[in-house]
Amino acid sequence: MQPILSLQDISYSYHSLKGETPALTHINLQVSEGEFVSIVGPSGCGKSTLLSIIARLLVPEEGSVLYRGLSPSDYCQDTVLKIGYMLQKDHLFEWRTIYQNVVLGLELNHMVSKENTDYILRLLEDYGLYAFKDSKPSELSGGMRQRAALIRTMAVHPDLLLLDEPFSALDFQTRLSVSADIASIIRKTKKTAILITHDLSEAITLADRVIVLSKRPAFVKCEMAIRYDLSRDDPLAIRSTKEYQDYFNQLWEVLTDGKPIY
Amino acid sequence: MANPYTEAATPVSVRQEEFLRAHHRHHHMVTFGRFFLFFLFLGLWELAARLSWIDSFFFSSPSGILLYLGQMFADHSIYSHTGITLLETIVSFLLVTVLSLLSAMLLWYWGSLSEVLEPYLVVLNSLPKSALAPLLIVWLGTGTDTIIVAGISVAVFGSIISLYTGFCQTDAEMCKLIYTLGGNRKDALCKVILPSSIPLILSNMKVNIGLSLVGVIIGEFLAARRGLGYLIIYGSQVFQLNMVITSIIILCLIAMAFYQIIQKTEHYYRKKY
Repeated sequence: MQPILSLQDISYSYHSLKGETPALTHINLQVSEGEFVSIVGPSGCGKSTLLSIIARLLVPEEGSVLYRGLSPSDYCQDTVLKIGYMLQKDHLFEWRTIYQNVVLGLELNHMVSKENTDYILRLLEDYGLYAFKDSKPSELSGGMRQRAALIRTMAVHPDLLLLDEPFSALDFQTRLSVSADIASIIRKTKKTAILITHDLSEAITLADRVIVLSKRPAFVKCEMAIRYDLSRDDPLAIRSTKEYQDYFNQLWEVLTDGKPIY
Repeated sequence: MANPYTEAATPVSVRQEEFLRAHHRHHHMVTFGRFFLFFLFLGLWELAARLSWIDSFFFSSPSGILLYLGQMFADHSIYSHTGITLLETIVSFLLVTVLSLLSAMLLWYWGSLSEVLEPYLVVLNSLPKSALAPLLIVWLGTGTDTIIVAGISVAVFGSIISLYTGFCQTDAEMCKLIYTLGGNRKDALCKVILPSSIPLILSNMKVNIGLSLVGVIIGEFLAARRGLGYLIIYGSQVFQLNMVITSIIILCLIAMAFYQIIQKTEHYYRKKY
């Protein structure tokens, strides 16, 4: 089957008067429809740059990005693969109510219709935010805000979800439950998702496949398929399995090149 | 007396009551102090004039001012002089607000344009605008137009710079969010930059109203036959110090009123959002 996303030999550098900083070198990567992929790597290795390229916010200097086998120039505006991008912070606008915040994507794409707003209301209800739809963002807890941000992303029916460390601003307890929540929502809706994280445990608990990037300039160091006998709905149960420990140790080895960190 | 602080929380502890009483006492003291100072100043001024400690020909006196004010009301001159100054100030304030907002939006939208224009804006902003006034008189003649342009010239450049700087300080990630949702730079401007800058725009308006008033008075000094600025300059030339000081007091009241109006708008906005 045609992969939904395929990165071919992507390179990207940042330029300033002081010189050139290569961020990505020859990245090759494929994501199939419905897959949940997690990308891990040392901080500052260019993970966010990679997402920005996938989201078409940046144009790669070398290589090409194919969406369902086609490059962006082969698409017309209407058939282009829709990409939902969740940023590190929720950035819910304080001058809008929760409802007005989550319809933002529809507004920008001129997609406000009865059908789409009904879908949003249903999502709000499903994620337990319906009672807060007229509240200000500051009245919500961190986990609720992140769920609202997810609804804002999902409202435009994206084919591919990009998650850029969306849980890193949450405290540990909220983080566990919100990440499990969001992962199960994504699985239930059968969305393809790419999650960037620097938290190995999170990557192993949530993803079907983990991709490890090297230090800057980043290349794909290793890919690892993750499988459990258990259902993914219970992150704590997963974290106490033998497989989890093995995956963790293997990934740790790859990330640190087998050297002890002390 | 019903107290709004205590009604919500029913059992009020003794210490809370003490705190509230102390708070009110302090509040009353401040109000009393303000009025006391005001009347003390007026009383001393009047006394000094009556007892000839100061020459009331040069320093005027509260009673002289009151008499002059009554005279102005009687011959209706107060309405035309105050009215024209108010009108000129409001028009130049509104024009400054609109012009600077539009310019700052343009500068933000085209980053290179702002780079090109930056030195010009800096020079125009630091230039003493009263130096332009003679030029304006030659170009536009003496009259309301000149004065409104003078009012605009004093406030507009600083206002553009401060709005533009504020726009640029908006969190870049919020704009990135707009782009990730499929919006363009215009969307970022309308959905992020402008709404997030409303507190900045309001506080900028507070500065602008004061500066517009300064510009209008400078204009009236040089190029008017009516208005409070004209009365001040005319009064000083014919040694009618009652006229000068009365006009200054009316100006104080106008400035206070403008400031209060924008302050109220700001409070209203804060409460709403």
